[in-house]
Amino acid sequence: MEFVDYYKILGVPNTATQDEIKKAYRKLARKMHPDLNPNDKEAHKKFQQINEANEVLSDPEKRKKYDQYGKDWKHAEQFEQARQSQQGSWSGGGRGFSGDFDEGGFSDFFESLFGGAARGGGRRQTQFKGQDHQATLQLHLRDVYTTHQQTFNINGKNIRITIPAGAEDGQVIRLKGYGEPGVNGGPAGDLYIRFDILDDPNFKRTGNDLYTTATIDLYTAVLGGETIIDEFGGKVKLKVALSTQNGTKVRLKGKGFPVYKQEGKFGDLYVTFHIKIPKDLTERQKALFTELSKISPKN
Amino acid sequence: MAKEELVAIHEFCDSHNVEISFIHSLSEAGLVEMTTIEETNFISDEQVPELKKLVRLHYDMDINMEGIETIHHLLQQMKIMQKEMKDLRNRLSLYEEID
Repeated sequence: MEFVDYYKILGVPNTATQDEIKKAYRKLARKMHPDLNPNDKEAHKKFQQINEANEVLSDPEKRKKYDQYGKDWKHAEQFEQARQSQQGSWSGGGRGFSGDFDEGGFSDFFESLFGGAARGGGRRQTQFKGQDHQATLQLHLRDVYTTHQQTFNINGKNIRITIPAGAEDGQVIRLKGYGEPGVNGGPAGDLYIRFDILDDPNFKRTGNDLYTTATIDLYTAVLGGETIIDEFGGKVKLKVALSTQNGTKVRLKGKGFPVYKQEGKFGDLYVTFHIKIPKDLTERQKALFTELSKISPKN
Repeated sequence: MAKEELVAIHEFCDSHNVEISFIHSLSEAGLVEMTTIEETNFISDEQVPELKKLVRLHYDMDINMEGIETIHHLLQQMKIMQKEMKDLRNRLSLYEEID
C-alpha cells in the first residue's frame, strides 16, 4: 500500500484554504465525472481519487489527521485507538458526489487511515434512497439469440431476469428496488444491468444482420453445387452458383439475428465464400490441371 | 420493462432532496417530459436514470440550466457517435478478416 498525496491529486498546496480545495475539486470533478465520461474507465478511476481526496481535505478533522499521520499511516491505528471517543464526530464533510455509478474504490490507504465507516459522510442520496447498483452481465452472442431467463447472484441475492432475444451489446436494463436498501424508510435503490455481449468466433453481428464465412472447395466453386453452412438456428443448405468467385457474398433473408422485442422478425445472414485451393496434388491431378491450363486463356 | 410506471415528481424530489422548481425548469427546457394526472405531476419510470444524471450535474457540479442543456445535447451527440464508431469498427473487422 502506498501513501496517497491528496494535495497533489487536487493540485493544491498543503496550505490551501477550504475555498481553494473546493474550487480545485469542482474543477477536476467536472472534467472527470463519470456522467461526462461514459465508458471511460480511466476517467472513472481518476474521479474516485479526486472524490477521495476531497472527502479527506474538505473535512477539517480528517484533513488534520491526514496532515499529522498521512505519511506515517501505519501508526494511524494507534491514533485511532487514542481518539475512539471522537470517532463519531467525523461526518458531514464536504458535499460529496453521488451517483448511479459504482462508488466503491476508495483506496486501501484511505481505509487504513480512516476506516470504512468514514466514507461518504456527506452524500446527499444516502440519507434517503438506497444507492443504485451497477452490474455487468457477460453473455455470448448465442445467449441473446433466443429469449431466456437467467438467474444470477448479486450481493448474496438471487436475481432472475428475462433476457429478450436480440438484446444489444451495451444495453442497460433497470431492476427497480434491487439496489441498496433505503435509509430512514426511503425506497431501495435500483439495480442496473449492462449486457456485455462477447463476439462469436463464427458470426459477426451488425444490428440485426449476421455475417459469416463459408469455405468451399475449388471444384464446387467452379462447377457449382451445394454446401452446408452453420446458422444460429442449426444448419442450412446453400446453393453455390457456377463460377463462384472468392469473396462472393450471398444474402439469406430472414436468417440473421432476431429483432429486439419484435417476435418472428429476423435480420439477414450474409455469407462470404472462401475458396480453398487444393494442396498436395497427386501426379494425376497435376497433369489434369496442366492440361486445363493449356486449354484456358491466360489473364 | 415494457410496462411504463410513473413516478410522482414530489416523491422523487423528497427522496433526492431536490427542489420541485428544478424539475419544472428541466421540463421547460424539454429535458424531461412530465405527465399531469389529477393535478399531480409525474415522470415516466424510464426517465428516472436520465433525470438523476441531470440532478447530479446541477447539485453536485454547480452547473446552471444553460450548461445542463448544452451538456445534455453534447452527451446525446457523443452517444450517437460512439454507436456509429462501434458499428463501423464492427464492419471494418468483417473486411479485415476477409483479407
